[in-house]
Amino acid sequence: MILRLAIGSLGARALTVAMTVLAIALSVALFLGVEKVRTGAKASFADTISGTDLIVGARSGSVQLLLYSVFRIGNATNNVTWESYQDIAARPEVDWIVPISLGDSHRQFRVMGTTAEFFERYKYRQGRALEIADGAVMADLFDTTIGADVAATLGYKVGDPIVVAHGIASFTKHDDQPFRVSGILEKTGTPVDRTVIVSMEAIEAIHVDWQNGAQLPGQSTPIEVIRQMELKPKAVTAALVGVESPLQTFGLQRAINEYPEEPLLAVLPGVALQELWAIVGVAETALLGVSAMVVITALIGMMATIFSSLNERRREMAIFRAMGARPTTIMGLLVLEAVLTAAAGALIGVLILYIGLALAQPLIDSAFGLFLPIEVPSIREFWVLIGVVLASAIVSMVPALRAYHLSLADGMMVRT
Amino acid sequence: MTTPDPILALKDVRFRWPGRTSFALSVPDFSIEAGETVLLLGESGSGKSTLLSLICGTVIADTGLVSVAGSDLVSLSGGQRDRYRAEHIGMIFQQFNLLPFGSVLDNILLPLRFAPSRRKRAGDGRTEARKLCTALGLPDLLSAKSASLSVGQQQRVAVARALIGRPPVIIADEPTSALDANSQLAFLDLLFEQVKAHGTTLLMVSHDPRLGDRFDRVVRMDEVSHVERQAA
Repeated sequence: MILRLAIGSLGARALTVAMTVLAIALSVALFLGVEKVRTGAKASFADTISGTDLIVGARSGSVQLLLYSVFRIGNATNNVTWESYQDIAARPEVDWIVPISLGDSHRQFRVMGTTAEFFERYKYRQGRALEIADGAVMADLFDTTIGADVAATLGYKVGDPIVVAHGIASFTKHDDQPFRVSGILEKTGTPVDRTVIVSMEAIEAIHVDWQNGAQLPGQSTPIEVIRQMELKPKAVTAALVGVESPLQTFGLQRAINEYPEEPLLAVLPGVALQELWAIVGVAETALLGVSAMVVITALIGMMATIFSSLNERRREMAIFRAMGARPTTIMGLLVLEAVLTAAAGALIGVLILYIGLALAQPLIDSAFGLFLPIEVPSIREFWVLIGVVLASAIVSMVPALRAYHLSLADGMMVRT
Repeated sequence: MTTPDPILALKDVRFRWPGRTSFALSVPDFSIEAGETVLLLGESGSGKSTLLSLICGTVIADTGLVSVAGSDLVSLSGGQRDRYRAEHIGMIFQQFNLLPFGSVLDNILLPLRFAPSRRKRAGDGRTEARKLCTALGLPDLLSAKSASLSVGQQQRVAVARALIGRPPVIIADEPTSALDANSQLAFLDLLFEQVKAHGTTLLMVSHDPRLGDRFDRVVRMDEVSHVERQAA
């Protein structure tokens, strides 16, 4: 009956209660939403590269190597000579090795030189392979395969000509060697989407007339001549390596790190990703903190509402007291109401979240390559909800204590 | 015929509201026999509310003895006093007696929630509540929201609530002042009928001396108590 009366009492103040429930619901939805995006982002971040055992580059930091080789952020301080690359490739532990050559750009997108093997070796989201949405993987020297974002942003179709610029934000274009879009990749949600992929030979071809970063004046080798040339790469920026057996990973890593001819660095992608996430993760923790604050704000709002309702409810409390209710019962009643309010808010919040998720999921996936799975609330989310309800009980103790004192002082007589 | 022990007795009671030095109430000796109906007359500000609070145990006398149905309230703990009140006293206020959001039945059964013995005595609460409502001339509106009732009906529901489970004492604080003259008489008729039928003790407070004829005894506030007021 107490529960029924508590619900009845809430019903009597339906409008303010509804507002409180709404505030809690929105805050809970926000919190869980941020949590979803956070875990989704973390998962898709960790899923950026898989199936690769080691990333090899010139000696720098592991995060830096990961940033430029996988995320195409920043630049390599140094390249790996072709000889070193060949040495590593020849090692018995190495199952496969894919070179990556960076340094050129097309509009705002990076150009990456690699071999055809890249398309079968590069994996993301737990072993998913790259797929061609349209056209085919580059076959000719001047063919490019472009990521989904490149195609979408620049409006490219298979067969369109494109021009590659030297450097990242340079104005000198290699416009004497126009490339052709041969294939467009499916959206992956990885940096591959924002990459223009060409062959290693193409990278060399672009630079035939270049020396020390500048085009030789007046010199322009005709395409026909370039086609006849032997385009052997002099260096690679980084390499993705797969080992024969996982057990050999650390041995190979050490061997590369101690390579005597040249200072090299080999990193485990998973470890480097974690290191990187530790840096990036601060922002998402801050975001989570802010949304937790929103939940707390909603709960404090509820506390304020209970406080302001106390005066008009003195009569009600006096009736309870006259009927023999203890002041603690009245306290309990207020806490119960708060818990019911918060529980309703939490449930509606979850509902809002899932409706929102169902509506926004395809949009987020296509816009940010961020896949937010719709699944039953995790244990963690369940605890968040329990936490909100518990917090409401604790928060409501403050006005409940006030009610306790009021009802003790008023007794059954309210002079209002 | 032997005189029974007083069901309600105050002796050498002194009370001062905590934090308020300007008002103090003393009751040298006031008692009511079981089954007696007493009208306590007093103007507002004469300390009636304080006296009722003392009897109900929501405030405690600083000194003296307040005994209800054989127990000294002063010696009980707060929780025990609340329980005692629930078990032994049926309370009727001037108005706004009911929880507006509860049904009539919820309101009538409310005191039983805090008084296990009374609940046992009442038996099946719903049947008992219906019986009381019929006796009090109320139509069948147990499941109606209390807020939808007229003032007169609400006061009668309050009587049913005070009577349920037969507490030995009923305290009514100006229960008729919100009613018009005709309703007042009808209300008192019903109240007395029930009180007499169950041999309940009734202490009613009013400022209206015209109601006096029906009561066994009429007591003026200033006869039983003394109020001290100091200019602040």
